[in-house]
Amino acid sequence: MYGMFAAITLEDFLASNISYWLRMTAGSEFVLLAAFLFAALIHAGLLLGLFSGLPVFYIWLERKVAGRIQDRLGPTRVGGGFGWLQTIADGIKLIQKEDLVPKDADNLVFRMAPYLATIASFAAFMVLPLSDGWVAVAAECGAFLILALMSLEVLGIILAGYSSGSKWALFGAMREAAQMVSYEIPMAICALIPLMIAGSLNFQVIGRLQSGGLWNWFIFHDPFTFLAFFCYFITATASVKRAPFDLAEAESELVAGFHTEYSGFRWSIFFLAEYSSMFAVSAVAVILFLGGWHDGLMVDSVIDNLRGTGSGLIEGFSLGSYTANVFGAAILIGKACMLVFVQIWVRWTLPRLRIDQVMTTCLKYLVPISCFLFVMAVLWPLVLATSFSRPVFAGRPLGEKSLPLGVPASAAVAAEQREAAR
Amino acid sequence: MIEQLLFWVFAILACGGAVAVVATHNVVRMAFWLVVSLGSVAALFFLLHADFLGAAQLLIYVGGTVVLLVFGVMLTASGPYNAIPTSPAEGIVGGAVGFLLLFVLVSSIGSVDWTEVSGRLPAVPAAPYLVDMTLAAKADESFVNTGSPRAKAEFAATQQQGRTVRQLGLGFLGLRPDRHLAEGDGKGSASGYFLPFEIVSVHLLVVLIGAAYLARAKRRVVPEGSMNVG
Repeated sequence: MYGMFAAITLEDFLASNISYWLRMTAGSEFVLLAAFLFAALIHAGLLLGLFSGLPVFYIWLERKVAGRIQDRLGPTRVGGGFGWLQTIADGIKLIQKEDLVPKDADNLVFRMAPYLATIASFAAFMVLPLSDGWVAVAAECGAFLILALMSLEVLGIILAGYSSGSKWALFGAMREAAQMVSYEIPMAICALIPLMIAGSLNFQVIGRLQSGGLWNWFIFHDPFTFLAFFCYFITATASVKRAPFDLAEAESELVAGFHTEYSGFRWSIFFLAEYSSMFAVSAVAVILFLGGWHDGLMVDSVIDNLRGTGSGLIEGFSLGSYTANVFGAAILIGKACMLVFVQIWVRWTLPRLRIDQVMTTCLKYLVPISCFLFVMAVLWPLVLATSFSRPVFAGRPLGEKSLPLGVPASAAVAAEQREAAR
Repeated sequence: MIEQLLFWVFAILACGGAVAVVATHNVVRMAFWLVVSLGSVAALFFLLHADFLGAAQLLIYVGGTVVLLVFGVMLTASGPYNAIPTSPAEGIVGGAVGFLLLFVLVSSIGSVDWTEVSGRLPAVPAAPYLVDMTLAAKADESFVNTGSPRAKAEFAATQQQGRTVRQLGLGFLGLRPDRHLAEGDGKGSASGYFLPFEIVSVHLLVVLIGAAYLARAKRRVVPEGSMNVG
């Protein structure tokens, strides 16, 4: 029975004994449909928990970090000395507020726009792997898909600003659209550099190629990927409209930007989308540049040996694989949270740019820089190959590490061990 | 079964969104319904396990074209909500063209002998794994009793359809490993689509630069001497 809960992807679920048992005993397609819906519900619920749980933590962290940077304490009262429950209290307050629609607003679009932004942000979590094998949709073009899904969030924001019937919201949305659309270009080019090195759009492959020590991370692959990481992080910060690029929500000039007319629950899910996107772009940065779910200290290679062990306990469930996946997910989320912390820290220490400065930074600096980095990252292995007759400076070439798709990590690890023993 | 259900949901959303685009007069609402319609088409691509095509649909049409459309409306709008009233003559002409196109599509789809075409499909059906329960059951029987990881890996590999990115990339360069490569008579390396793609992209870049040149703010040429008067 627990095999159903231990199934990691839908493929695993369909291959698990419980679905086989259902097929044999009930034989009815309806039972199978119910089981499928149940499994889908569990997966969606887990993702939704992550999607809505992380912003709760980040909003608390933002207030706490902002307080410390400004020599204050931040929230201290709700839920003990550290104000742990402040975000929950805020959420309850926001849900209780009246759901207002301004008289001049376009009713349908005004109501739908927050959901559009949130759905786009949530959809990005579907293709984001949390560990080696823990991914809701293991698409081969996952990196391309996540860039496409993250580019949809701007649509909800534009529609929200335009349908509000307010000049503040309209100005905010126009700035937002100009900023987000133009920052997508250097962001995609910077993301292309590690994708080109890995030779794959599949996050699983990209993550596995960075296994082992710290020096295997793509950020240390060559000098240009090192710079590309910072370029990506700047553009990612801008594309999730964080300070110093948050002039679309500049309180001193625009009241609140595109969400001026929103209140209550609809306002709060815009923030849910924003904070979740902060995690999503950070997690993509971690997978593309910072080793994904590998800790870089070789601890995880020890834990990876556990994969496939302890499977006798529950049918279709391996305790060792589960432990390894939990460990990987904890590392990935921890790294992403550190990047989110940097975003928060930058927000409360740097002054806001003007709109023309934001566009200049993107079009005159970041786009040429990212193009230059891309071209140099393409040429780098060729230069190494001609001058040192090897494609990398140290260690094994990436091509030797690439694993065939569809083979579970446990089987691949076993094959590697057999190779080592020989 | 669940695939059928999802297909009908997204098909109805795609068609309903398209009808709503035509039926509404407000430009921004049109854009909203266009998002619904195009997003549902992308979902249909995902159901067919054409992941790359679905992602491209989302990136180019939903994330690119519609954003540009709304952005253009916002920049050029004179009033708060632009309505586009259609005159009856426009409605008749547009409806006639639309129904003619529909007639052409339906008649051409109806004229295809689908039984003959489906015979030409590859042996392993490209049908999504969730529908294909019989295949799953067969694979189950083979590995549930043995439980070897290799059988499971093979099963997973057969189940995961839609891994088309590599084939698409190779086909783009003119390599078609799925056909003719074994024959070795030169048919394996077709001309590919790389050169046409590059030509089109350079063309688009030229258009972009030309548009920026035409739309830029014209600076008045100030004579040299009159600069430092104050």
